[in-house]
Amino acid sequence: MNSRIVKLFAFTVVMFAVLVGFTSYWTVFDSQNLKNERVNKRPLFAAQKIERGRILASDGTVIARSIRKGSGASLRYVRDYPEGSTYGHPIGYSFIEYGNSEFEAFHNSELIGDDNEFSTIFDELRGKDPVGNDIKTSIDPDAQATAFSMLGDSPGAVVAIEPSTGAIKAMVSVPPFDPNTVPTDFSALNQDPGSPMLNRVTQGQYPPGSTFKLVTAAAALDSGAITLDETINSPATIDIQGNPLANSDNSDYGDIDVTTALTFSVNTYFAQLGEDIGSGTLEEYMTKFGFNAKPELDLPDGQMSVSGVFDDGELVTGDDPIDVGRLAIGQERLLATPVQMAEVAATIANDGKLMRPQIWSEVRDPDGRTVKEMDPEVQSNVISEETANQLTEAMSDVVNEGTGTAAALSGIDVAGKTGTAEIPDVERCDGLPNQAWFVGFAPADDPQIAVAATVECTDGQGGTVAAPIAAAVMQTLLDG
Amino acid sequence: MSASRNRELLALVPVALLLTIGFAAVFAQNDNQLTNLSLSYGLYFLAICLATHIYIRIRLPNADPYLFPLMALLTAVGLVMLYRLDSELGNELARDQANWFVLGLILFAVVVHFFKDYSVLERYRYTIALISLALLLAPRLPLIGSQVNGAYLGISIGPISFQPAELAKIGIVIFLASYLREHRELLVVGARRILGITFPPLKHLGPLLVVWGAAMFMLIFIRDLGSSLMFFAAFLALIYVATGRLSFVVIGMAMFLAGAWVIYNTVPHVTDRVDIWLDPYQDPSAAGYQILQSMFAMADGGLFGEGFAQAMVVIPGTDAPLLPAAQTDLIYTLITSELGLFGACAVIAIYLLIAARGFKVALMANDGFSKLLATGLTTVFAFQAFVIIGGVTRVIPLTGVTLPLVSYGGSSILANFILLALLLLISDRARREAREGI
Repeated sequence: MNSRIVKLFAFTVVMFAVLVGFTSYWTVFDSQNLKNERVNKRPLFAAQKIERGRILASDGTVIARSIRKGSGASLRYVRDYPEGSTYGHPIGYSFIEYGNSEFEAFHNSELIGDDNEFSTIFDELRGKDPVGNDIKTSIDPDAQATAFSMLGDSPGAVVAIEPSTGAIKAMVSVPPFDPNTVPTDFSALNQDPGSPMLNRVTQGQYPPGSTFKLVTAAAALDSGAITLDETINSPATIDIQGNPLANSDNSDYGDIDVTTALTFSVNTYFAQLGEDIGSGTLEEYMTKFGFNAKPELDLPDGQMSVSGVFDDGELVTGDDPIDVGRLAIGQERLLATPVQMAEVAATIANDGKLMRPQIWSEVRDPDGRTVKEMDPEVQSNVISEETANQLTEAMSDVVNEGTGTAAALSGIDVAGKTGTAEIPDVERCDGLPNQAWFVGFAPADDPQIAVAATVECTDGQGGTVAAPIAAAVMQTLLDG
Repeated sequence: MSASRNRELLALVPVALLLTIGFAAVFAQNDNQLTNLSLSYGLYFLAICLATHIYIRIRLPNADPYLFPLMALLTAVGLVMLYRLDSELGNELARDQANWFVLGLILFAVVVHFFKDYSVLERYRYTIALISLALLLAPRLPLIGSQVNGAYLGISIGPISFQPAELAKIGIVIFLASYLREHRELLVVGARRILGITFPPLKHLGPLLVVWGAAMFMLIFIRDLGSSLMFFAAFLALIYVATGRLSFVVIGMAMFLAGAWVIYNTVPHVTDRVDIWLDPYQDPSAAGYQILQSMFAMADGGLFGEGFAQAMVVIPGTDAPLLPAAQTDLIYTLITSELGLFGACAVIAIYLLIAARGFKVALMANDGFSKLLATGLTTVFAFQAFVIIGGVTRVIPLTGVTLPLVSYGGSSILANFILLALLLLISDRARREAREGI
């Protein structure tokens, strides 16, 4: 019997080897697939155990923090937003059931401490849960509050950029949402006809109207198509592509230069100028300003929109036929996001260099040490310093004597441009047909802040509705 | 003789240390501080093991030196895991289990005391067989029987509940060892070849058919896939060792599979168990939940594990289980998740070492009954481990047998210490005879 007992033991060894084989398969070889399995909620629960880092405003105000719940093995952290809806955009939310959005999503790896290789390996050996880093933003709480109070209940958006660094100082979208309500009201927020979850600054695609004339003027001056003193005869009405185009006040301006044309926002001037420089040159400068691509902000691509000419939702580029005369005055199916128009103002304010816009300013480890700081970067060299200075002069005239006088600040020279566009899908606006705009910067001689403000569905003009909002935000930031 | 006992004593020290360290780790995890309480648990455990050791020294001086420390090691692993679960879930399972451990050792001493000449068991083999079958059927009886997850595994009388299959497995092995010892020659001699396959003589086939029938019966009435697999595996192992005819094993396996196929197609509970084994994703939140969570928890474990007491047993912030029955069915999963593939392999290695020592006892035994009894007890112990570990790792359908000595459960602890007593009795006699040159 002994040899058979030995064989039986050998069989037992084989059986146990099968157990080791299957255990290896689940723990090691198939581990990643199992972790990615949709019905596997363990990775989500594990993420709850990480103390996600805080998000701070520029003055240290806590925008987002993690609240500890339970203890021991049932310990978990839940996100809390002490300032409620003030920073709903652009910070977004982070909840296990609903995922991450906006800033919380883009900076996820820093917030959960996943980017710090050394400490993670060390902590894993100690069986310690990783701790996330804090991120300080450049957002100014006062500017944020001013933008909210100026916009009131009107749907719209305000964004303020520091021209020399690209730092975002304010980003407000109305109606806002309170990220604390996401776990309870998620579907209601998504179905709300006012679209509170939409960040209008980065996702709102609006006709930019006359504010786009800045891009046309920049392209014309910088490419050498015109000089500052050159004049173009600008009647009350002209034919563009076989259709009449009129000035908004129906005035005949006669022979005027580009400064005068910008100051009074003369359509017939810019339409002719657009046809002069041609669609190729205009598109080239648009692209340099950031059009035709998503903004390079630190937000998820999925929550930003492209600015450009759209046909049925498709971006029109290259050789597609285009009415360049109407494009030059901000019509012709042109749509732009508020952040794109703020980038135009910031570029002119920064001697023609567009700085990459960024919301974060500093990452700090759990002990408060600075891990890395935002390093301002030139996104593109758009126009020459000379062109930028010439445009600044003209934009100062807009505020001093032209359409944008409502943006004037006492004792500070403001440069800007107004815009009033007709809303294409006006049915949603209860008979209020206009998209009002103001883009600009201040002080004109030493720009500290560039702003774009826009209001949806209004019967007012850019100069009356949007300019005061922009002025108040600039005032707040310059006072701060 | 004293050499083996000294080895046993030496082997017990690391076991007690492991328990102390394990308990200390749970304390540290909970309170971030060490209390001397963990040390005293370790000392209690060591004291109980020492008392048993001294008893073995007196009563079974020649017995195998490693079986008891290995089984104590499994118990220690189980106690530490249960204590870790208690601290999270607020139960007192570890304390209960420790009490069962003490009771198990007392039962061990009683068996050693009264069955020094264990060959008396042969005389009562039919009685033992009948009692075992009655025990197996008891869970189907009204009033005392109880059903868990569709299987009839336990009986409860008043406050005491019991899993009779645990005890029955020993009785049935005793019966089979005794029966086969007597009939093995007849089974071989009278065999005839039909179509190239050797069949046992019909006259002696009867009792074997009864065992097959009993296994099928258990599948249908007790609905206990795991136990019937375990019994039948032990039966086939004994047939093979007793007769040396692999063909008997093949025929037996064919009969079991045929029977299982029919039952799979007719008994809904068995159908569900097998279907979930084949595709757990068909019902991930109910029927497939336990096996899927087992796989997911093991995936979290990786090579080295998430760390002791780090695995999620309940959904954080709730009482909803993430590892259902972590203290019994899924204790191997819990070990794998927290201690990784290496920890899991260590546990499997302990079972393999016990199997090796058990088969060694069988090899050294001099009479047929002792050999078959040791083989049967070892096989049934090793196969029980295989059935539950195989169940949670999806080698076979998941069933509710315990992981011997590790899972929470009094019946299992008691039965396995009776099993240990018998193995050590056989070992003591065999080694004494070897020493005396018989």
